[in-house]
Amino acid sequence: MKKILVSAAAGALAALVSSVASAGTLDTVKQKGFVQCGANTGLAGFGQPDAQGNWTGLDVDTCRAIAAAIFNDPTKIKFTPLSAKDRFTALQSGEVDVLVRNTTWTISRDTSLGLNFTGVNYYDGQGFMVRKSLKVASALELGGASVCVQQGTTTELNLADYFRANKLELKSVTFATSDETLKAYEAGRCDAFTTDASGLYSERLRLSKPDEHMVLPEIISKEPLGPSVRHGDDQWFDIVKWTLYAQLTAEELGVTQANVDQMMKSENPDVKRLLGTEGKFGEAMGLPNDWGYRIIKHVGNYGEMFERTVGQGSPLKIARGLNALWTKGGLQYAPPIR
Amino acid sequence: MSQASGAADTKPRVSPINDPRVRSLVFQAMLVLVIGFAVFTAINNARENLQRQKIASGFGFWDNIAGFAISQTLIPYSEAVSSYGQAFWVGLLNTLLVAAIGIVLATLLGFVMGVARLSKNILVSGVARWYVEIVRNLPLLLQLLFWYNAVLKALPAVRDSMGLPFGSYLNQRGLFMPQPIAQPGFNFVIAAFFAGLLGAGLYARWARIRQERTGQQSPVLWVRLALVVGLPVLVFLATGAPLQFDFPSAGRFNISGGMVVQPEFLALLFGLVIYTGAFITEVVRAGILAVSHGQTEASYALGLRPNLTTRLIIIPQALRVIIPPLTSQYLNLTKNSSLAVFVGYPDLANVFTGTVLNQTGQAIEVVGVTMLVYLSISLGTSTLMNWYNSRKALVER
Repeated sequence: MKKILVSAAAGALAALVSSVASAGTLDTVKQKGFVQCGANTGLAGFGQPDAQGNWTGLDVDTCRAIAAAIFNDPTKIKFTPLSAKDRFTALQSGEVDVLVRNTTWTISRDTSLGLNFTGVNYYDGQGFMVRKSLKVASALELGGASVCVQQGTTTELNLADYFRANKLELKSVTFATSDETLKAYEAGRCDAFTTDASGLYSERLRLSKPDEHMVLPEIISKEPLGPSVRHGDDQWFDIVKWTLYAQLTAEELGVTQANVDQMMKSENPDVKRLLGTEGKFGEAMGLPNDWGYRIIKHVGNYGEMFERTVGQGSPLKIARGLNALWTKGGLQYAPPIR
Repeated sequence: MSQASGAADTKPRVSPINDPRVRSLVFQAMLVLVIGFAVFTAINNARENLQRQKIASGFGFWDNIAGFAISQTLIPYSEAVSSYGQAFWVGLLNTLLVAAIGIVLATLLGFVMGVARLSKNILVSGVARWYVEIVRNLPLLLQLLFWYNAVLKALPAVRDSMGLPFGSYLNQRGLFMPQPIAQPGFNFVIAAFFAGLLGAGLYARWARIRQERTGQQSPVLWVRLALVVGLPVLVFLATGAPLQFDFPSAGRFNISGGMVVQPEFLALLFGLVIYTGAFITEVVRAGILAVSHGQTEASYALGLRPNLTTRLIIIPQALRVIIPPLTSQYLNLTKNSSLAVFVGYPDLANVFTGTVLNQTGQAIEVVGVTMLVYLSISLGTSTLMNWYNSRKALVER
C-alpha cells in the first residue's frame, strides 16, 4: 500500500515537472479559459494598472486582442507584472503565455534566449532626459555625466556603446526597477536618466516638477518593441503574429471598431478576408474564421489602439512618427491576409 | 539483522517485517529512491526543455564581452573589452568588500551597544534598548531604502559640494578623496610596517613570559604602538616621503580624479551594520548575562578591580556563549548584502544574477554559480568561526 502511494506521488511529481512541455499553448489557453500575459509593472501608455486594477496601455491592448481572437472576449486575460530583469525567465518557464512588455527585439533574444518575436507593435529608440538647469542641448555634451539606468535592458548596453563610440566618459548607476531608477535621478544622484524615448515621456510625467526636465533630441538606438512567445510552438507564434497584422490591415482598409458591423456586408475582398466572411484563414491557425472581426470589434484597429493609449487621446500625446502606416510615411506594414 | 543473530540468546527471533531496524532501513531506502527519481526527472526535463526550445546552455558565455558598465570596480574592468567572467569577479569582490567591512563594524557596534544595554545608567541602557527594539523589528529592505534616500536627500547637490580637509569633497555622488599613488621606494614603508608588526608580536610574547617568570609588567601598549606605527613613519620620512596624491577636481558634471566612496555603498553598509548590530547587541547581552554573578564576586574577593574583572573574568567566559550565535549573524549579514540591487550597489547578485543573467538568459547556470558562491562564502566564514570557537572553548583538564 505504502509503495503504491509512493510511486503515485513520484508519478504526480514527474507529471508536474513535465506539464509545461506537453500540450500546445493554444490548447492550454483554451483549457484554462484565459490568456496569461506578461506585462510591465507600470509604464504609462504601455502597460499600467489603475487604482481599480484595470490595465491600460498599448501592450496591454495588444494582449487583449489575442484574447478577443480566441475567446471573443477581451476580458479573458490575466496580467503578470514583470520587471525587465525577470521577464524572459517568466516566458521561458511557461509562467506567461505571451510577453508584451515593451521588449526590444534583438538577435540574441530571438535566438539564444529561446524567444520568438512576432512583430513590432511600437518602433522606439533610446533617449536621454536631463534637468533644464544643466543647460545641456545634446547627448554628446554628457561626457563625465552620471546616468541612471534600469538593469537588464538593451538600454544598459546601448548606453555603454554610445558613450564608448563617442569617446565620452560614463558613470552609470544601475537599479533593478524603473521606480528606483527614476527616484535616484530625481534625488540628484544622476545628471541624466535614460530609457526608450516613449518611456521618457511617460516617466517625465511622474516627476514632481516635469517642467524642470527635458528630453534631449538624440535617439541613440533602434528599439523595435514587440510581443514574444516561446520557441517550439508555431501555431501560437502564428496567432500572436497575425493578431497584430489584422489590426494593421484593418487600419489600412479603414475598418474601425465603430464601423466593423457595417463592414461585414462590404464587398471589398480584402475586407471580407480580414473579417472572415470569405476564406478560412482562422481555421488554419486553430481559430474560428471570424477572428479578425472579433479583434476589431473588441479592441479596434492599430490606429485606434495607438491614439487611445499613447497618442492624442492619452496624456502622453506621442505623434505616430515611425509608427504610422507605410502608406503614410511610417514603418508599420502588414503582409497581406490571403 | 546483525542484532538478530548476535543477540539470539537473549531476544526472541522476530520476522524481518516486524524488525524495526529492517523496516526503517527499507523506508529510508524508498525515500532516497523517490527523491533521487524526482531530482533526476527534474534535471532531465530541464535539459530536454532547454534543448527543444533551443535555449543556449553551458558556460560558453563566460568569455563573451559583457558590454555594460559597472559603477564600482575594485579590479580593472572596462565595458569595451571585459568579459562576463570579469564582471562576475567584480561583483564578487564588491560583495566581499561590503561584507568584510560590515562584519567588523557590526561587531564593534554590537559589542558597544550590548555592554551599554547592561549599563546601570538609565539613559545609556535606554538608548541601547530603543535602538534594538526599533531596528530589529523593521524589515531590512525598508531600512536600506530609508538610508539610501535619507543619505541622498541629506547630502548637498554636486554643484554645491561640501569641501572637506585634505582636498576632499562630499556631495550626492559620494565622498571624493585624494588617491594616494605609491612612488618607487614605498615598498620599504610597507616592509617596515610588516617588520614592526612582527616585532610587536615578539615583544608581547617576551613581555608575557617575563611577567609569568618574574611578575614584573612591561609597557606593552606603547612599545607595540611605536613598532607598528612609528617604524613605518620613520622609514617613510627617511626615504623622502615616496607618496603622491591625485586630488579630485570639479569637472563639468561631476568631480573627477581621486577616489570615491559611493552613496550606494555607504547606504548598504550603513543599513547592514545597523540592522545586524542590533542582533549582535542581544547576543552580547545574553552572553554577558550568562556568566554567573558569583564569578564577579569571586573576582572582587581576589582583589581585582572592576575593569580587570570585566576584561579577564567576564568577557572570556561570555565569549564562549557569544561566538556560535555571532557566527550566524555574520552569515546573515553576508547573505543580506544581496539586497544591494535595490539601492543600486553593484554586488554579485546585482551584476551577475541581474544584468549578466538577463543579457545571456542562462538562468540555470548563472543562479547555480551564484548559489555556489554564497554557499562557499558562508561555509568559509563558519569554518573560521568554528576554529576560533574551538580555541575559546572551555579546556577540560
